[in-house]
Amino acid sequence: MSDTNAKITEEIRAKARELLSSGEIAAFLGFTSGSLPMTTRPFVAKRPGDADKLIWNSFCVMNLANYLPALLESLEPPRGPKDPPPAGPLPKVGVVATGCCSRNIVVQMQERQVDRSRLVILGVSSRGMVDRKKVMAAAEGREPLKVEEGGHTLKVSGRDYELEIDRWSAVRDNCLTCAHNNPVISDYLIGPVSNRDVKDRFAQIEAIEAMPANARWKWFTDEIASCIRCYACRNACPLCYCPTCFVDDSRPQWVGKSTEPADTALFHILRAFHCAGRCTDCGACESACPMGIKMRLFTRKLSKDAFNLFGAEAGLDPQAQPPLATYRPDDPEEFLIVEEKK
Amino acid sequence: MEDKNLQSGTNLAASPTANWEPRIVAFLCNWCSYAGADLAGVSRFQYPPNIRIIRVPCSGRVSANMILDALKAGADGVLVSGCHPGDCHYISGNLHARRRFGLLKNFLEFLGIEPGRINFSWVSASEGEQFSEVVKKVTGRVKALGPTRRLVKEIRID
Repeated sequence: MSDTNAKITEEIRAKARELLSSGEIAAFLGFTSGSLPMTTRPFVAKRPGDADKLIWNSFCVMNLANYLPALLESLEPPRGPKDPPPAGPLPKVGVVATGCCSRNIVVQMQERQVDRSRLVILGVSSRGMVDRKKVMAAAEGREPLKVEEGGHTLKVSGRDYELEIDRWSAVRDNCLTCAHNNPVISDYLIGPVSNRDVKDRFAQIEAIEAMPANARWKWFTDEIASCIRCYACRNACPLCYCPTCFVDDSRPQWVGKSTEPADTALFHILRAFHCAGRCTDCGACESACPMGIKMRLFTRKLSKDAFNLFGAEAGLDPQAQPPLATYRPDDPEEFLIVEEKK
Repeated sequence: MEDKNLQSGTNLAASPTANWEPRIVAFLCNWCSYAGADLAGVSRFQYPPNIRIIRVPCSGRVSANMILDALKAGADGVLVSGCHPGDCHYISGNLHARRRFGLLKNFLEFLGIEPGRINFSWVSASEGEQFSEVVKKVTGRVKALGPTRRLVKEIRID
């Protein structure tokens, strides 16, 4: 583990222990190590002693905001559907948040899914999380048994090989084009502040836009061809909190249950469209995908359009309205068919 | 009529024959475009019989789900039409819808769906002639594209 990560881990543990033992928070949401190399799990610490299980490294790819609404609700005293909300302050939750995770918390605040006064946010600047699949590809099919993080390198070792790769070459695609590494809201800041800057944040999308329509259709169908419709991307997404998802609707059944190409295409189109103007490009969907589908490019295109057409960027201002919940009289409408009065 | 089968899971995609005629699903808002279509009929403005009208309370009621469901069921084209900005019966339904439709249209084109498949327009209750022009234009576009293939759910009975 690199020095920075060790230091951040120590600080997160100390803060979580302090907040839990003082009784300020009832639970702390962070990461703990997973069972395989290069994996981490979301972890809820409820006792000060649990704080030692928290960790911080370059493999914290899941978005913790995803677990917040349910965790907050689970801490409320039980009540019936018609009972009034309990009087007095409700238990608080501490959470570790990088740039994208904090932006997702802001989106949840805009959409009234979480109450800011019940959160204690430990902001951590993201150095860019590492894509497991990229490291696996660099190991050329050999199983990595141990991955050690240096300052700018990753030491991968397996049964009969050892490999040192440049950390930045294995960083996730969304982190490579991230413009908000630093948390937008936090109560405490932990670790060094990042001053990384990106120029072409939408370069990946522009490359696809430049292709002819048939090539784009081929790219889209090839990309989703391997989809097994496990909905891991939806489940990992902090934007997806509808009690009944459109994929589970049966009357009308918007999306069939099969892996028939049209059903899969519709699932991916609608899933991405539901994230339009709300997606913070945290990359949790791609990291969760067992088939390596780059579905982030779909949501990224919508983020690009929301930014260019409506000047909206998700999760920066808790007071702002989500772009699709509002309008301006002069919104672009060149795409409309207009017939002049004769 | 086949139209009532325009529902999930029913494949109506036509085969490209010489006398192929496109089937276009038109979502018209109750207050403006539906009345505009009515006026076109009363005023005897001719327009191609390729559209199948679905009356909706407001263009803001039309979600991406409905548009894609029509395409999935084999509609060769989709037209969504509502009140002009400022005329919405519900004040801002069409303005909210405009943002959604702009994003959806761009997004579907990004994924390689032909640009003419989904169409949007504003037609007021007094624009019978404009309605017939819009339908002519949309039908022309969809005819030029030919039968839909992408996003259509094929039901194969082997």
